[in-house]
Amino acid sequence: MAVEERDPVSGYLTTGHEWNGIKELNTPVPRVVYFFLWATFLYSVVYWILMPAWPLGVTYTKGLLGSDQRNIVAVQLKDATAERARWSKLIETESFEAIQADKRLMTIVRQTGATLFGDNCAACHGRTAEGGSGFPTLVSQAFLWGGTPDAIAETIRVGINSPHKDTRTSQMPAFGRDGMLKREQIDDVVDYVRSLSNPAVGKAIAPAKLASGKAVFTDNCVACHGENATGNIELGAPNLRDNFSIYGGDAQSVFTTVWGGRQGHMPSWDSRLSALDRKILALYLVNLRAAGP
Amino acid sequence: MIAQLTKSERQLALIILLALTICGLAMAIAGRQDPLGVHGAIVMLAGIAGIFGVIYVYYEPEPDEARLALYYDDPTKVAIILAMIWAVLGMFIGDWVAWQLVFPNLTFDASWSSFGRIRPAHTSAVIFGFGGNALIGTSLYVLQRTSRARLPDQISPWFVLLGYNLFCVLAATGYLMGVTQSKEYAEPEWYADLLLVIVWVVYFIIYLRTLARRKEPHIYVANWYYMAFILVVAILHTVNNLAMPVSFGHAKSYSAFSGVQDAMTQWWYGHNAVAFFLTAGFLGMMYYYLPVRAGRPIYSYRMSIISFWGITFMYMWAGSHHLHYTALPQWVQTLGMTFSVMLLVPSWASAGNALLTLNGAWYKVRDDATLRFMMVAAVFYGLTTFEGSFMAIRSVNSLSHYTDWTVGHVHAGALGWVAMITFGSIYASVPWLWKRERMYSPALVEWHFWLAVAGLFTYVFAMWNSGIIQGLMWRTYNDSGTLSYSFIETVVAMKPYYVARAIGGLLFLAGAVVGSYNIWMTIRTAGQPVDARAADLPVTQPAGVPALQPGE
Repeated sequence: MAVEERDPVSGYLTTGHEWNGIKELNTPVPRVVYFFLWATFLYSVVYWILMPAWPLGVTYTKGLLGSDQRNIVAVQLKDATAERARWSKLIETESFEAIQADKRLMTIVRQTGATLFGDNCAACHGRTAEGGSGFPTLVSQAFLWGGTPDAIAETIRVGINSPHKDTRTSQMPAFGRDGMLKREQIDDVVDYVRSLSNPAVGKAIAPAKLASGKAVFTDNCVACHGENATGNIELGAPNLRDNFSIYGGDAQSVFTTVWGGRQGHMPSWDSRLSALDRKILALYLVNLRAAGP
Repeated sequence: MIAQLTKSERQLALIILLALTICGLAMAIAGRQDPLGVHGAIVMLAGIAGIFGVIYVYYEPEPDEARLALYYDDPTKVAIILAMIWAVLGMFIGDWVAWQLVFPNLTFDASWSSFGRIRPAHTSAVIFGFGGNALIGTSLYVLQRTSRARLPDQISPWFVLLGYNLFCVLAATGYLMGVTQSKEYAEPEWYADLLLVIVWVVYFIIYLRTLARRKEPHIYVANWYYMAFILVVAILHTVNNLAMPVSFGHAKSYSAFSGVQDAMTQWWYGHNAVAFFLTAGFLGMMYYYLPVRAGRPIYSYRMSIISFWGITFMYMWAGSHHLHYTALPQWVQTLGMTFSVMLLVPSWASAGNALLTLNGAWYKVRDDATLRFMMVAAVFYGLTTFEGSFMAIRSVNSLSHYTDWTVGHVHAGALGWVAMITFGSIYASVPWLWKRERMYSPALVEWHFWLAVAGLFTYVFAMWNSGIIQGLMWRTYNDSGTLSYSFIETVVAMKPYYVARAIGGLLFLAGAVVGSYNIWMTIRTAGQPVDARAADLPVTQPAGVPALQPGE
């Protein structure tokens, strides 16, 4: 290998070594590399002087600016809370009616409520609050536990069949699985219940069966669903005469409900959302329903 | 291939395989109530299969002495084939995961196919399966050529290659069964980690033994990088995986670290895995294949030195930039950030050194897709290191962290740099290894190149867009001083970018499939055997010096 070998393209000398045909030029390091090495080093030194940087046993260099990310975030949180206090105090203290009458506050409820709903409720009730199979729609007029802002706020606070001590509790028994009703009785009562909200179903069924279904209903269902089958908000028993159903209104779905019972579940948000947030959510939902379809 | 082993090497292989089988049997019995038992069975089967393979050729005649006058390339050939298998598998799973983000039901209601399980299967298959096999294969090739010395023996390279692939199989199958340490890029549990430690030490010893017998006065740059890769990965892997198993019959273990120390150890490991596995190792690859393919000398030896020591020294400090604005003390974050900024200079010096090496050979870049793979790799190495240093700055990180920008960044590096330099190097070495004049179809190499480039750009642009939009949506406040968007709204906004990303991934995968076909056909098609590199021989031992093998 020639020690003094010059590369014809670049004009630089090689280092004189060769590995499997690979040579290296002895090109000096471009000055720009040294410039940026020094520039970034200088930047780092300045940053170290200004900010917390080097460990010193049990402590560390605090930096001239006295920056402390914990303090910074604490101050930012305090400032943000203070800024929101312009309206949060009002929502916390005013009555639902007063807030609903205040256009400015309701704008805030709509803005903030939408985010709260999306982050906390949409997983079950859907992004548009229209629910889905097993999860009730919140934009209809049918509310198991009441649709006033007060009632909604309370449901959010304690949940349904939740571990909260004040939880709303309801359970529909498993009439078929637990042997309370015979198979024919269930078939009849299913037909009868479906005829309540859908007259066309009633017309297609033999009057004798319908009468039998009504008898089964009177003996077993009125305690919760009421004489007129219009439900009971105190017990979370749904109105069976309207067209809303959580678990489906077709024959198979209603049969499954009567056969196996139902025990819906909603978590309590008492310890997860502040009273303010729960109040905003209740107002948001009432507002959404009013504006909705 | 196994017949190339000498009698004593065949005996040693049987002893090792028997030990492996017994280990597997012990794991299968001790862990019969646990996923560990399944892994024991896999280990045992691997051992038994190996024993049958060796016994099959046990009484074949021994290889003649002439083999010692040649480089030992069989492990490299197998490593390249394994790398391509892992590439197709890993990229397929990756694209599946990408489509799951568009259509969440693509898990088909199975637990093993859920996002949390196949996502690490994707990362491990491409990083360790594809990248690792490519590194092992090329490093053994480059080591012998640049030292002009044959590997010291024929058993240890197989031990490394096959042991490493057993580790990869244990990793991937473990994730599907839910076995994980929950440490990103270090998910495999304690027994797989122990296997890798043994494999890795043997790998390093091969390097030292070959270098000790080199016939060149100096150690070539590529070997500095390959050695840094092996040595540092050994350290990182050992420290980050210090853990106590629940029992010898359980796959589960608990880390020696807890809380913020655990997070810091994990990201010291994680970032240096990027540095030494995905950067140093592949720089070693680039330092050999790029100048050889271009037929040009390395632009500057001096710049190589600055880059090497800059990269190895500064990367070690940078890991804490993964933990900005967390419980990690601020001073640690400062150090991680400032060293990440300084790191840009040696990184760009490396990328610049590679691109300036191409001066005088740009007409080849235009005509030769293989060299173009390497050129794009060097460009994306530069782009990604710039982006990385930029994202390490705290205020930038507050926008980019936890968003798809990170995903875009890592794929700019993984697809643009790591995969590109690997494909370039594989296309260069396949004809050399199998003594063919050229690849089966240069047109398919072009196809692969453009599919890869199209996939890369689609992917990276999609993730840049979605990442920045996501980051901005997360921090937007309305006039009331509360957040403007719920999380689910940001997910909905991401959907078009997720579709684009999955299409980009599909293009990249298609390129890898085309490449695998081309490589397979090159191997299968018996072309005219050519002695393209007539000087491709090690320096043979002068008479009187003891033979290299066996039992050097």
